[in-house]
Order: sequence, then C-alpha cells, then structure tokens
Amino acid sequence: MLEGLLIGLSTAFSIKNLLMVIGGCLVGTFIGMLPGLGPMSIIAIMIPVAITIGDPSAALILLAGVYYGAIFGGSTSSILINAPGVASTVATSFDGYPLTRQGKAGKALTVAAISSFVGGTIGAILLMAFAPALATVALLFHSAEYFALMVVGLSAIAAFAGSGQVSKALLMTLLGLILATVGEGVLFNMPRFTMGVMDLQSGFGFITLAMAMFALPEAIFLILDPARSGGSSGKTNEIKDLRITGAEAKIIAPVVGRQSIQGFLIGVLPGAGATIASFLGYAVERNIAPRAEQEQFGKGSLKGLAAPESANNAACTGSFVPLLTLGIPGSGTTAILLGALIALNVSPGPRLMVDQPQIFWSVIISMYIGNLILLILNLPLIPYIAKILAVPRNFLIPFILFFTLMGAYIGQNNATELLILVGMGVCATILRFGDYPLAPLLIGFILGPMLEDNFARAMQLYDGVGFIWERPITLGLLVIALCLVILPSYRARRARLRAEGVADAD
Amino acid sequence: MALDRWIALVILIVCLIYGYTAWFTMDGLLPPIMQRNPVWPSSFPKILSIMAIMIALMVIFGLEKEDKPKAPEINYRRLTDYKLTQALILIGLMVLYAFCLRPAGFLLSTFVFLGLGAVVLGERRFVLVALVSAAAALGVWYLVEQVLGIFLRPFPIFV
Repeated sequence: MLEGLLIGLSTAFSIKNLLMVIGGCLVGTFIGMLPGLGPMSIIAIMIPVAITIGDPSAALILLAGVYYGAIFGGSTSSILINAPGVASTVATSFDGYPLTRQGKAGKALTVAAISSFVGGTIGAILLMAFAPALATVALLFHSAEYFALMVVGLSAIAAFAGSGQVSKALLMTLLGLILATVGEGVLFNMPRFTMGVMDLQSGFGFITLAMAMFALPEAIFLILDPARSGGSSGKTNEIKDLRITGAEAKIIAPVVGRQSIQGFLIGVLPGAGATIASFLGYAVERNIAPRAEQEQFGKGSLKGLAAPESANNAACTGSFVPLLTLGIPGSGTTAILLGALIALNVSPGPRLMVDQPQIFWSVIISMYIGNLILLILNLPLIPYIAKILAVPRNFLIPFILFFTLMGAYIGQNNATELLILVGMGVCATILRFGDYPLAPLLIGFILGPMLEDNFARAMQLYDGVGFIWERPITLGLLVIALCLVILPSYRARRARLRAEGVADAD
Repeated sequence: MALDRWIALVILIVCLIYGYTAWFTMDGLLPPIMQRNPVWPSSFPKILSIMAIMIALMVIFGLEKEDKPKAPEINYRRLTDYKLTQALILIGLMVLYAFCLRPAGFLLSTFVFLGLGAVVLGERRFVLVALVSAAAALGVWYLVEQVLGIFLRPFPIFV
C-alpha cells in the first residue's frame, strides 16, 4: 500500500496533473455556481475535454477536481443568493443564507470551505483504508458474483429513490438497460435493435445520453421558469471578512468530525449520495444539539452550516469506494465518471489497484490536493468568481445549450448524435414533468453492457442459470437485491395500515 | 390519469415492441452454431422485456402508493403559464443547428445559434449580442481545433 501511495504521490504531483486539479477545481467552482448546472451536467460537459487529454490518470484527476469544484460552487451560490446550484447543497442554504442576510457572508463561506475541506480529507483517508480492503475481497468474485453485485447496486439505487418512487426508479433502470442493448455489443458481433438506422450500429453514446438526461432538461427548466435562475434579488451580497474566531472553530469541530464519518459511510452506499448525506447530517446535528442551540438552526447556526457541508463532501469521496473497487457507480455522477473511464480504456474494479495502481492512487492523492486548493485558492477568489452570478440569463441559457450540443458533437463527430440528443432531452424533460428520477436510467445504461457480459459468462460457465443457486454468494446477493426492492413498499404499506388503524380508533 | 401513468403507458408500449423483437424475430437470424450456446443475443433482452413490462404495469395501475405527492418543480398542467414558446423555439434552434453544422460550418452556425438564442430570450442589445456570439464562436472553435486538436469545419461547405 505504501508503494502504491508513493506512485500516486509522484503521479499526482507532476506539474501537468497539478494543473489538472487546479484547472478542474476552478472550472467546477465557476460552473457549479451557475444556477441549474449540477455536477452531473458539468462533468458530462467536461468529458470530451478529458478524453482528448488521453492520459487516464490526468483525465480522472481533472474530472474529480471538477466534481469537487462544482459542489463547492454550489455551496457558494446557496450561501450568497439562496439559489443552490446542486441538490446536495440545498441543506447548506438553510443556515448559510440567513448568515448572509446578517452580513456574515464571508464567515459563512469560510465555515463552508473549512467544513468541506475537513469532510473531503477525512473521506479521502477513509477511502484509503476502505478501498484496498474491499478490493481484496472483490478479487475473489467471479462473473456470477459480479452479475449479482450489479443487480444489488441497481436495486439499491431504486430502493433509495424515496417513497412512492421505487417502481418508477426501477422502470427507469430497466429502460437504461434496454437502451444499452441497442447496437452491436462486444459479446455477439451482431447488431441488435438498431431499427435499420446506421448511426445506431454502435449504440447510443453515453455522453449524449448523460447530456440528454441532465444538462438539457435543466436548461429547458431554466427557460420555462425564469424565477429559477434569478436567485432572490439578483444582486450579489457584499462579501467581507472571511475570518472566523477560535471559539467558532471550537463549536464546529465536533460537528465536522461526526458528519465527515457519517457522510462518508452514506456515500459508500449505492444510491445514497451527497444529497441524502447532507440532509441527514443536518437533521442529526439539529437533533443532538442542546435545546438552546436547536432554536438557532435555520436562523444562521454555524453548526447547521458545517454539518451538511462536511457531510456532502465526505459522501462525494465515499461514493468513489464502490466505483474504484467494484466498478459499480453508486450515483449519477460516479456513473458518468465510470463512463469516462471506460471511454479511456480503463476498467475500474478490483483489478484496477493491481494493474494500474498509478491511476487508483493518484486519484486519491489528488482528492487531498483538490480539497486544499479549494481552501487556499478558491476561497480568496470567491468574491471575484461570485461576479459570474450576475451573468444575464439571456446569454447564459444559449451558452448552456451550446455546450451541451458541443459535448455530444465532439465526442462522436456526428450530426445525427445532436438530433438524438435533442430528442432524448425532450423525452427526459417530459419524464421529469412526470416526476421520474433520471439518474437510475443513466446508471442502468452504463452498467448494462457489464451486467450482460457477466451474466453471459456465468451462463456459459455453468451452462445455464445454475450459477444462481450453485454459488452461495451469488444467491445471497440476489436475495439482498430482492429484499431491497420489496422492503420499502412493504414498510410503507404497514405504516399506512397502522395509520389507518389509528384513524379508525379515533 | 396523471402524466406519470401516461408516460408508463408509453414505456409499456415501447417495451412490448422491444419484447416482441427479442422473443419472436431475433432468434431466426441466429447462425446454427450459436444456437448451441446457453446465452443468445436475445437472452438478456428477453429477461429485461418481461421485467420492464411488469413494472410498467405496476406504475400504470398505481400499485405503489405515494405518501404525499410533493409539489413538482414545474406544474405540467399549467405549462402555458411558463415560457413555453421560448423553450420550443430554442429546441427548434438546436435541431436547426444540428442540420446546419456541417453544411454551414461551425463559425456561422454557432454565431447564429447563440445570437438568435439570446434574442429569443428577450435580449435587445443587438450589438452586444453580436459581439458576444462572434467572440464565443471564434474562441470555442480555436479551443477545440487548436488546443484539443479535433477537426471542426469552420466555414460553409462552398468556401
């Protein structure tokens, strides 16, 4: 492990890769601040750039930097104008914006930055401890277990979708899997479901799909609803005095410590990403705070600001654990990263640590560097970067649309891809009207080929579906997957029955 | 019937067509040597189609109850209250861009797309619009072609 760490250090500290981190963080912060562009869209837009870089470590470092920067930028717009650019920073605005109204915007930004920094760093340390251990276990897995593991991952994502959403999320996952079967797979050398369209021979492009699922609907929503991009008043609040006192640091220290660990653990779970971690972190800290401080939550409590910030950053890091060790993304963002890795000819999974340790470790090291850069470089620059919030919407939206188109076009160099993008984007917007979650679709789409590949290999090895009951781990995992899908609706039904019972008794 | 169930109905129809293709038309094309394989190209799609059809039916019949529907981000029942025309025009512009990109070249298409986009959204400072669009088209073209090294036809096809 020490050896790997050294390789990672030397890779990450090359001038080129340092520039990648710095550039990624800045670009991420910059775009993350814009209302409506979340980390998923930003990473999707940056992927063509990353792919042309060619070097997988550098590309992944860039994308990880963008990811961190985007979350940081999202917190900034939550605090300054109460317009979270990202779902995972909604909880940040609960206490961040009141602080700004009290004229303490600088203080709030510093608390947010320090909490994120500590959250990210503790997350990275835990990742270093967790990932190799998990990878060792995963090396024992065969295609049958992989197949089962992916099924667990996919059902967990659906199970965490929220009440009344599980079947919709499952349907989206299946739709993603179905879309993935279009085109000529690696497995069979024969085109499937192309409907005779030549451009579908190679299947749908994953960048196109990522743009269509996230960036485009968000842009269309921005056009439909002008209030969405405006923030509260449009004016940027003045930022002064970034310092915090020792007493304030002492107040937030235990909160940051607790939430970093909790956030990381939540991030590791598939389907429960930074958003859930930040809300849960906020709720837990409010509940365990002394009564007098509880009243402060929502009115500008430093604890209430520190909790979601450290939790969401630690969760971002945690979500890299399943990605790097099992090759299974737990969230939409890591799914996009996985797609980027595959496009760069890197197959994440337990072999990654053994075969390409420089990629694995340099990514982890650059997480530290990224966090540090956000703290020492971005924080002082925030007052200037915040000016971007004043970019008029009339210019902003055409540019978002244009970059979405460019992202899909550069990847494929094919104008039909643009039509597919627009068509899918409109469909995705309608799906969002109907309250369908879109991340499961993309995750299903990216995992689809791997799922089918492992399924086919296991079938060939056991000459049929015998692998399901002949391999106990596979069976166990599939049972878990089934429970994950059924339990939420079972519990909801029981809760409803109980509630009705109470109503009857009244 | 609420929109989400209509959507599920459309998905159901798509899955039925998909399932029909997988179950009844794909295997005929299979070379005999591959038929001895335990997995066929149609095996996985067959499983997917059955599961998707079942779950689509679950959504259509609303078997999974929602606790309390949360307020939607955009209320589709009152779509006309929003800037629907603008959205449709911009989507149309994107389609137009896709068709023009090759024949008209990158610079012209991008300039027109960005410029018209801003005007549609209500921008009336035309000189500024022209300047920003021209600068962006040139800047992005330079970045993509010179820095990233990806070819983008800059000028119309007849130049």
